[in-house]
Amino acid sequence: MGSDDSGDSTAAAGEKSEQNPFGVKEDAPLEVVIFNGGYGEDYAKAHEAMYNEKWPKAKITHSATQEISKTLQPRFVDGSPPDVVNNSGAGQIDQGGLVSQGALTDLTALLDAPSLDVPGKKVRDTLLPGVVDVGSYDGKFYVLNISYTTYGIWYSTKLFADKGWTYPKTWDEHIALCRTIKAAGTAPWTYAGKHPRYMSWPVIATAIKFGGLDVAKNIDNLEPNAWKSDAMKASADAWYQIVKDGFILPGTPGLDHVQSQTAWCQGKAAFISCGSWLENEQKAVTPAGFNMAVAPTPSLGASDKLPFEAVRGTASEPFIVPAKAKNVPGGLEYFRTMLSMKGAKDFTGKVSALSVVAGSADGATLGPGLTSVVKALEASGTNGFNWVYQNYYRKLERELVDAACGEFFSGRTTPAEFLEQCQKGADSIAKDTSIKKYKRA
Amino acid sequence: MRHGKYPLIVAFLVPPLLLYGVFVLSPYVQAFQISTTDWGGYTADANYVGFDNFTRLFRDDYVWNAIQNNAILLAVVPLVTIALGLFFATMLNMGGRGGKAGVTGVRGTAAYRLVYFFPQVLSVVIIAVVWREVYHPNNGLLNGLLKPLGIDGPTWLGDPRYAFWCVLAVMVWSNVGFYVVLFGAAMQAIPRDIYEAVLLDGASRFVTLVRITIPLLWDTVQVAWIYLAIAALDGFILVQLMTDGGPNHSSDVIGLRMYNTAFASDTRFGYASAIGVVMFFLTLSVAVLALRASKRDRIEYS
Repeated sequence: MGSDDSGDSTAAAGEKSEQNPFGVKEDAPLEVVIFNGGYGEDYAKAHEAMYNEKWPKAKITHSATQEISKTLQPRFVDGSPPDVVNNSGAGQIDQGGLVSQGALTDLTALLDAPSLDVPGKKVRDTLLPGVVDVGSYDGKFYVLNISYTTYGIWYSTKLFADKGWTYPKTWDEHIALCRTIKAAGTAPWTYAGKHPRYMSWPVIATAIKFGGLDVAKNIDNLEPNAWKSDAMKASADAWYQIVKDGFILPGTPGLDHVQSQTAWCQGKAAFISCGSWLENEQKAVTPAGFNMAVAPTPSLGASDKLPFEAVRGTASEPFIVPAKAKNVPGGLEYFRTMLSMKGAKDFTGKVSALSVVAGSADGATLGPGLTSVVKALEASGTNGFNWVYQNYYRKLERELVDAACGEFFSGRTTPAEFLEQCQKGADSIAKDTSIKKYKRA
Repeated sequence: MRHGKYPLIVAFLVPPLLLYGVFVLSPYVQAFQISTTDWGGYTADANYVGFDNFTRLFRDDYVWNAIQNNAILLAVVPLVTIALGLFFATMLNMGGRGGKAGVTGVRGTAAYRLVYFFPQVLSVVIIAVVWREVYHPNNGLLNGLLKPLGIDGPTWLGDPRYAFWCVLAVMVWSNVGFYVVLFGAAMQAIPRDIYEAVLLDGASRFVTLVRITIPLLWDTVQVAWIYLAIAALDGFILVQLMTDGGPNHSSDVIGLRMYNTAFASDTRFGYASAIGVVMFFLTLSVAVLALRASKRDRIEYS
């Protein structure tokens, strides 16, 4: 420990120019570490090949692992981290922790650089809404997420067509449909009982659509009583009905995410809350012709601040350049390669997920789930919203809100007690002086 | 030969001691040092914060909740495991009295012994995964057995009233087999004529177990007690894989708290080390107390 930084990063700097906005030294080696999960590593190898086309003298070291934090922690500590890290998966390093320790490079230069192959545009202008927001901490952009994710309510269009059901646009329609579904012998809802935070997403989304974007901002900024706002109360009261009226598949609290999603794929439940990785995750057990689709949360009433079509769109699959990387300019240039139209299209084709580059899915053949995601995002347009407290304070979502959701959706707490428990969790983070706080702009 | 003795001893002792020092002692010492800092785990910088982490820990309800669960494990797991282990070992070694002379086990002893030992062969991870499916509320073996009886089983791991006890049951289940074999082996060493004499006096099986077998097995029981007490203060793998401490922290244990604080939902390695240091002292005190409390004179067979 304790080897002081001798300024290695400057050693790898070359001349800055229009073609080379970060000053990449043409023969500086680049080390890339990829999370070998749902997306595999082939897409990254393709990006590396593209990088080498422009910088043929750069030697790229590629490695892939499922344990990002265990593999890389020692290298962060002794000051010799790789240049590009795909910080993802269950072994992800807590981003808030990395930012608060000054371990990451500010990526703002990347946003202001010209796009590699979209003429006349800066990288910033090629991205879908929310990408910069979700990677920013106190106004500085540290984390580039390359996959665009929608969160919503999923259903099988085939099941709905067969039974003559239509996806509900208002809360009253939703409850009425739940009654019909239950009467038909199917459970209207199921959720990841052992990771009940999955249900916090529709609750917060409903509240944001009802009360406007400040609902999310206040939660993100740990404002006092943010979880007990009128909008959150209205939303929790509404959602309580699916608990009270027994609209949830019996046994759900004992299921994990895969078990509940599988029950849903088997038609035992009609709705489930998830993000757009669902189609990929369920590939092996989804029956042919199931036709899954995502839809926004139903509107609470006519006074909702956002239209029904508004969905939560955000970016996931984070990439970082460590502050002590030997080749920081190369890391930024690698990011610019990933965000070129060519790189983005290749990514979408290889991993069947959306890229954060706008328009990169045009002309690609996508599965039914992903097609519905593209449509939902188009319909949502500029009304899209997001929240980021789970990036700032991972513990708040993964442990505290998670536990509160479990109690609430198992029917052991009332809406008021549920919001009280969430607020108590948020307050405990706000009070803890050993946790660095961030402000969302 | 004399001259060669010390080099030989040194040659055999130094490598293991060195390994022990590097891989066991030095991490302990480092953990003590880290627990007095605010180290975040991903830079070389750490600030000395004195006992801040320990005062924070003292006021952390989630840590206390976890310690409380470990205390229950400590009270229940060794007792139940040893009781079951002794019972099964007795049945396998001297349970059969089907009119035959002598002391034998029940019929099918060899098969039972094999079956009891199965869990010991499986890795803990596999045990956790298998039991997670057994407890599955809709397709699980357990509720599948209850259904024909007309009972709609609970959600087990999804219900804070049962989740912790479900994990505790698996902990006992996975340990019993080993102690059946351990106690069984120790019973083999007890001279048969003692039992034959007791039989002639007309003692029941229960009296034989309590008055003869357990006192003669006391050394072994004591060892089992300490092992199980240490295991009860851990429980991390089963809990993490089966419930992840949920629902609502109802099955949390101190090892999981430490892991989550450092690796999962936080990167506060300083605070996690403080939890580890507390865990170290808890385990040490429990082991010492267990040794003291169960101390008795050794019995030697002439």
